[in-house]
Amino acid sequence: MKSKKILEIKNLHVEVEGKEILKGLNLTLERGKINALMGPNGSGKSTLVNAIMGHPKYIVTKGQILFEGEDIINLSPDKRAKKGIFLSFQYPREISGVGVSKFLKTISKKLNPEFSLTDFKKNLKENSEILGISKEMNERYLNAGFSGGEKKKNEILQMLIMNPQLMMLDETDSGLDVDSLKTVAKGVNAAMGKDKCVFIITHYKRILEYVKPDKVLIMINGKIVLSGSGKLADELEKKGYEWIEED
Amino acid sequence: MADRIQQAYTMRNPENLKFKSPEGLTEELVRRISKDKNEPEWMLQRRLKSLEIFNSKPIPAWGPSLKDLNLDKIHYYLRPNAKNSKSWKEVPKDIYGTFEKLGIPEAERKALGGVGAQYESETIYHNLKKDLEKKGVVFTDCDTGLKEYEELFKRYFMTTCVSPNLHKFAALHAAVWSGGTFIYVPKNVKVEIPLQAYFRMNAQKGGQFEHTLIIADEGSEIHYIEGCSAPQYQESSLHAGCVEIHVLKNARVRYSSIENWSKNTYNLNTKRAVVEENGIIEWVNGNLGSHTTMLYPCSVLKGKNAKSDYIGIAYAGRGQYQDTGCKVYHLEKNTSSTVLSKGVSVDGGVTSYRGLVQINSGAVNSKSSVRCDGLMLDNKSKAMTLPAMDVHESQVEVSHEAVVGKIGEEDLFYLMSRGLSEMEATKLIVSGFIEPVVKELPLEYAVELNKLIELEIENSIC
Ligand SMILES: Nc1ncnc2c1ncn2[C@@H]1O[C@H](COP(=O)(O)OP(=O)(O)OP(=O)(O)O)[C@@H](O)[C@H]1O
Ligand SMILES: [Mg+2]
Repeated sequence: MKSKKILEIKNLHVEVEGKEILKGLNLTLERGKINALMGPNGSGKSTLVNAIMGHPKYIVTKGQILFEGEDIINLSPDKRAKKGIFLSFQYPREISGVGVSKFLKTISKKLNPEFSLTDFKKNLKENSEILGISKEMNERYLNAGFSGGEKKKNEILQMLIMNPQLMMLDETDSGLDVDSLKTVAKGVNAAMGKDKCVFIITHYKRILEYVKPDKVLIMINGKIVLSGSGKLADELEKKGYEWIEED
Repeated sequence: MADRIQQAYTMRNPENLKFKSPEGLTEELVRRISKDKNEPEWMLQRRLKSLEIFNSKPIPAWGPSLKDLNLDKIHYYLRPNAKNSKSWKEVPKDIYGTFEKLGIPEAERKALGGVGAQYESETIYHNLKKDLEKKGVVFTDCDTGLKEYEELFKRYFMTTCVSPNLHKFAALHAAVWSGGTFIYVPKNVKVEIPLQAYFRMNAQKGGQFEHTLIIADEGSEIHYIEGCSAPQYQESSLHAGCVEIHVLKNARVRYSSIENWSKNTYNLNTKRAVVEENGIIEWVNGNLGSHTTMLYPCSVLKGKNAKSDYIGIAYAGRGQYQDTGCKVYHLEKNTSSTVLSKGVSVDGGVTSYRGLVQINSGAVNSKSSVRCDGLMLDNKSKAMTLPAMDVHESQVEVSHEAVVGKIGEEDLFYLMSRGLSEMEATKLIVSGFIEPVVKELPLEYAVELNKLIELEIENSIC
């Protein structure tokens, strides 16, 4: 039996370029749950997910990141990906000259070696359809010249192909039009399962109407200061963050 | 496949030569080469004149240093113990084995209209498909070409295209050239499948000076591919080949070459095309191996509407210096040129794009666009771009773009977060970087080039 806790973070301190951004953060995420993380600009949300994914610039100076009970701090990002951690980037990179479908085939082989080429093709077709991504789109170079929304959809396509356990979405909803937002939400819901966990960073409650959170967490100044039900998002939309005390 | 390729580049055969000239270059040797080949007197005279030019010209003082190239230590003429055959069966086993590993006979069966193979100084195999022969296409080695088409050689061999006066190594080539390829495509004949030649150096401290002469007569078309390699030895070897292409009115020539000399070869090569009215020259230039390469394929756009397209790729690992680029002279109206060049350097290697676009006054409505990019895989390596523009006409369109940078940490992280190791991510980024060039290559070569570069990256990033 897999334990209920998928991720547990204890007293995490993270530095970027010599500056401490996360200052003793604690967090537990459970399987089968959708979690939203909200907080003002610059509070450290992206820093947190980058540190979980293993970005070399985000240096853990203290604390633990336990994934399925194992401390992953010394693992390279690819090893973390293989354990089932995924990050949909706030700013996906443009990798010129690398075709999308070829790339997806490569990562599918890495993450799901048991899939045959036929399985992969079927997967790609189905998931592209869910996200309304055309065949032509998948023949282009990875994110090169993609619009903001196209990039975000491609992130979700990668996620569906990789089939991760922990899905961290860093402002995947930013820049999406109403229809794209629904499409992306459909993709996320399709990827969700009772063993899995969604961790979604957003500034707006809009996406949370389609991807319904079990829990909303608020980060201010490098710490999680408040957590509550989905209703918390409505409250934030009305009142902003100022009413929340830091400690 | 990767294994086969790696082996092909590292394997060396024991020396089995009919004649090996002693180290160094003398008049006596030049006479001997000419005599061995039974050449007409005028060719001997040209060789001797070129030797004088060679002796009188200084080593180039710009670009990569050539101070460790000891010209007195090179064996300038190496005759293998094999004759020029039309059948692979007649080629000695060890030599055949080398070409087999390089995939040449297989490629010939699958995708080529004709193949030539040179080992050391001599051509050991040459064959052209019958239907091409019937159309009057000539594809042979230059020694045979000189005998059978003497008038064409008098007119076109190192005269109006590459003159021995061009630089020291052009003169050296003219003095000691041996083997290579001669192609003549008659008027309006379109050769639809590529012809290929492969040049292999095997001996230590050897020199290879093969000559390629292509004459594409009016309205004709041809795609010619050259590959080159040599195994690794302690001491340097020298390659100073020469390629001359005459693109006559309305003709089109595509010349592709992937050079993968051993890491201690000095590759001082000269390639030039003269393009007449409405003619098109396309250069595809890949440089992976060698210690030092100085190579600047040049297009002289002599007739109205003549066009030159160049795509190049250079890879430099530890101890390597790839100094390459395209030169274009726009002499007439409505001439156009494009350049796309990609350089990858790693582990202290240096790539530099050194190009020139010259537009003469009167060449109105000429166009040129140059793009040269460099990618460094670490902090030890260097990538430079030195494109020069020399424009003497105002009614022209020229553009130039260059992007040089180190492989991005954010890009690596992005790909690694998708489960690729650092090495795999690096390889993917490099393959994407060179993709615009690779996609122009015939499939087999594209696959092989990608594999070669992957091997190089694996060997340098551990
Ligand atoms: N690579 C970096 N180099 C320098 N500073 C950084 C870097 N990454 C983050 N920071 C700094 O760390 C702080 C937290 O940034 P982070 O991106 O984590 O915020 P965020 O909560 O995701 O904000 P937003 O809502 O605007 O996306 C900011 O002050 C930011 O400038
Ligand atoms: Mg952020």
